[in-house]
Amino acid sequence: MKNYFSKNKDTLITLGIVAFAYVIIEIMVKQGAISSLFKGLLVPLCAYVILAVSLNLTVGILGELSLGHAGFMCIGAFTSAFFSKLTVGVINPDWLRFVFAILIGFVFAGLFGFLIGMPVLRLKGDYLAIVTLAFGEIIKNLMNVLYVGRDSKGLHVSIKDAVSLGLEDDGQILINGAQGITGTPKDSTFTAGFILIMISLIIILNFIKSREGRAVMAIRDNVIAAESVGINVTRYKLLAFSLSAALAGVAGVLYSHNLNSLMATTKNFGYNMSIMILVFVVLGGIGSIRGSVISAVILTLLPELLRGLSTYRMLIYAIVLIAMMLFNWAPSARAFRARIIAKLPFGAKKALNEEV
Amino acid sequence: MAFLSYLINGISLGAVYAIIALGYTMVYGIAKMLNFAHGDVIMVGCYTVFSVVSMMHLPVWLGILLSIVVCTVLGVTIEAVAYRPLRQASSSLTVLITAIGVSYLLQNLALLIFGANTKAFTSVVPIKAVKIGDKLTITGETIVTVLACIIIMIVLTLFVNRTKAGRAMLAVSEDKGAAQLMGINVNRTISLTFAIGSALAAVAGVLLCSAYPSLTPYTGSMPGIKAFVAAVFGGIGSIPGAFIGGIILGIIENLSKAYISSQLADAIVFMVLIIVLMVKPTGILGKKIQEKV
Amino acid sequence: MALINTLLEVDHLSISFGGLRAVDDLNLSIKKGELYGLIGPNGAGKTTAFNLLTGVYKPNEGIIRLDGRNITGLRTIDINKAGIARTFQNIRLFKDLTVLDNVKVGLHNLYHYSTLAAILRLPSYRKVERQMDERAYELLEVFGLKESALLKASQLPYGKQRKLEIARALATNPKLLLLDEPAAGMNPQETKELMETITFIRDKFHLTVLLIEHDMKLVAGICERLTVLNFGRVLAEGPTSEVLKNPEVITAYLGE
Repeated sequence: MKNYFSKNKDTLITLGIVAFAYVIIEIMVKQGAISSLFKGLLVPLCAYVILAVSLNLTVGILGELSLGHAGFMCIGAFTSAFFSKLTVGVINPDWLRFVFAILIGFVFAGLFGFLIGMPVLRLKGDYLAIVTLAFGEIIKNLMNVLYVGRDSKGLHVSIKDAVSLGLEDDGQILINGAQGITGTPKDSTFTAGFILIMISLIIILNFIKSREGRAVMAIRDNVIAAESVGINVTRYKLLAFSLSAALAGVAGVLYSHNLNSLMATTKNFGYNMSIMILVFVVLGGIGSIRGSVISAVILTLLPELLRGLSTYRMLIYAIVLIAMMLFNWAPSARAFRARIIAKLPFGAKKALNEEV
Repeated sequence: MAFLSYLINGISLGAVYAIIALGYTMVYGIAKMLNFAHGDVIMVGCYTVFSVVSMMHLPVWLGILLSIVVCTVLGVTIEAVAYRPLRQASSSLTVLITAIGVSYLLQNLALLIFGANTKAFTSVVPIKAVKIGDKLTITGETIVTVLACIIIMIVLTLFVNRTKAGRAMLAVSEDKGAAQLMGINVNRTISLTFAIGSALAAVAGVLLCSAYPSLTPYTGSMPGIKAFVAAVFGGIGSIPGAFIGGIILGIIENLSKAYISSQLADAIVFMVLIIVLMVKPTGILGKKIQEKV
Repeated sequence: MALINTLLEVDHLSISFGGLRAVDDLNLSIKKGELYGLIGPNGAGKTTAFNLLTGVYKPNEGIIRLDGRNITGLRTIDINKAGIARTFQNIRLFKDLTVLDNVKVGLHNLYHYSTLAAILRLPSYRKVERQMDERAYELLEVFGLKESALLKASQLPYGKQRKLEIARALATNPKLLLLDEPAAGMNPQETKELMETITFIRDKFHLTVLLIEHDMKLVAGICERLTVLNFGRVLAEGPTSEVLKNPEVITAYLGE
């Protein structure tokens, strides 16, 4: 048992932190110690955490920069909201329908991740980043021209306008172009969000510590060497990328089932959202899953707590992002840090080492 | 006739993309980095002209001149402060993420200073539109943009091939280490590249806003990304490639807007990028590179 | 044709890069259990030959047979599965993984469990991971790396990084081990230890070893036979002592 704990210490600490935070917030909510504004933030917050940890799987573990993560979130949000709208009153109870919705978001976003990843992952670095950005924008744009309606004859699809669906008089528009989906059942709760965070964390952390996770990191560190020991590069890149996309889809499910009206805009599913998630990942530490959780929480809540700051929020993100990159990665800054650490007493060195 | 006018508008937009793409392609070719903030430098150039001409009521030529100066200084500063320290970093992701940070920084600074409201930009082009027949009109902006684009391309080609500084750029783009051994000052060459690229961004910005006169902090971001698409399309690092890529992309975008769907035009442009990268990742005029084992 | 005890048979192997014939009509015949050296001045095409043998480059002409099986044109990963593992001249470790995990990546294709088993931590995951750990530690012990198992690979000193690369290659359970300048950058003491280790693993794991080397002492000390390359072509081949006395070989080296 002791051995089991020491081997999984990091995972258990991360899960413990999340569970602890959940309990504290739940108590505060029960006590009425939390403003309604703050309460309204809880579900999106959970979605952001899942987005950040899932993007870290691509950026930190696979080592590829994806700028289209919000696109996968968009897929998960729309497919699941569409499903829930179709099956309200058909699948009971509600929680079961929501479980199905989550699976649908997971599977469809993962499938898109797979289909997009197949061509894209052959590219390198900058090209890969710009192409994922392109795919994210394409998904968002397509969602804005997609019309789906239902009548007694079944489903109708158009990419022109609602009229060309040719619905009967009693037909119902399910997805209305730029107006998106309205009337999705509000199934998302803070507890559901918490459970999904825990599941996402378990999936990612256990994946990293498996032979497949090691293969992914080997590819990140040295593709040619990975091939030389028989690692199928394409396969494991695709696996990690699809898994990352699928979990972004789950975040989308959470996000969409918290809104009465779901629209694909630049702010929620566009490039801006992808960048914001990337900021969470970078500030939390590339490759550090726990860091992603913490930075997503702090960066979402802090500007809301300090209202006066919200005007400067994005500006501060930008400055911190640049400063973090320079401090963490510039060879001169690294050498400077190494000199400082070399002067520290042994105990402090050990503490720093363990943190890494 | 309608087709012809869409085509001409496409060429005009494409010429703007081409000027931006020239800056992109030079920076990418020489510093080997995707300068994500390039599009936002354009936006800064536009706000400079707007401040000088529309707010301070100073002459247009002064506005353009100041815009070029501001962008050049900005470009060189960004490179020196944010990118240069990361040039030797192990992963190319780091400098790309930093560039995204710079892009974010410029947008949000503009947002704080000028607000989110759209500013109406007054065209700086003094030439009247030319009418051909009854239906076809070529605006003064189109004429100036296309002419500017061609002149810039020719001057740039001559500069790179005929001057010492230009050949130093070629050398650095081929092999930084070897260039250094040959006595070329790599840092100064890269600075110069950023200066030229950013000055071009200022020109592109003025032309863009003259043709599409609404200015927001996000004005530069999409054209910037599309210009990168154009640069990739034409072949990264190639000056005529950026020109051809820009023009083709502008035409594709405008024709899709006219004949397919205005909402899907961006999606179609991005599809072009994806197809190019899948089929011929080096672009129309690009070179092939192989990793050494 | 191929003798029953021949492991690697290379016939008329050639590749050109832009008109330059980097490897030109290379023939090799390496016996099972042999320690074979591939030497030659800089730019003679030695590493290119390794890249051809491991599928990094596809040859323009020629056939490569491993244990009688034609492996010409296979992908790198399939060649590894067929039984060839290698190290690199400029060390290529998984630098952010631990020393232990570097070796476990080498074990990747020999141990299996499903993704689901990993995520749910099923008993199959725990059992197989334990087996992988045991095997990896065995290999690390051979190279004196057991104590460094939990360090990051990039934290190892240079000499140990070279050894870890060999351990990782061995983890794939190869029949033929290709070593690209294993002693580069090592001091004489380290080189001597390495020579002993190479001979030791050859016997312990029933390997055949083909090595590229600059260090003549190392070559003369352990290689049974040699092939000398110069400008992509075979200059001489045969038992080590004879080849090293060949006047053409001496000129090629001194004229370098």
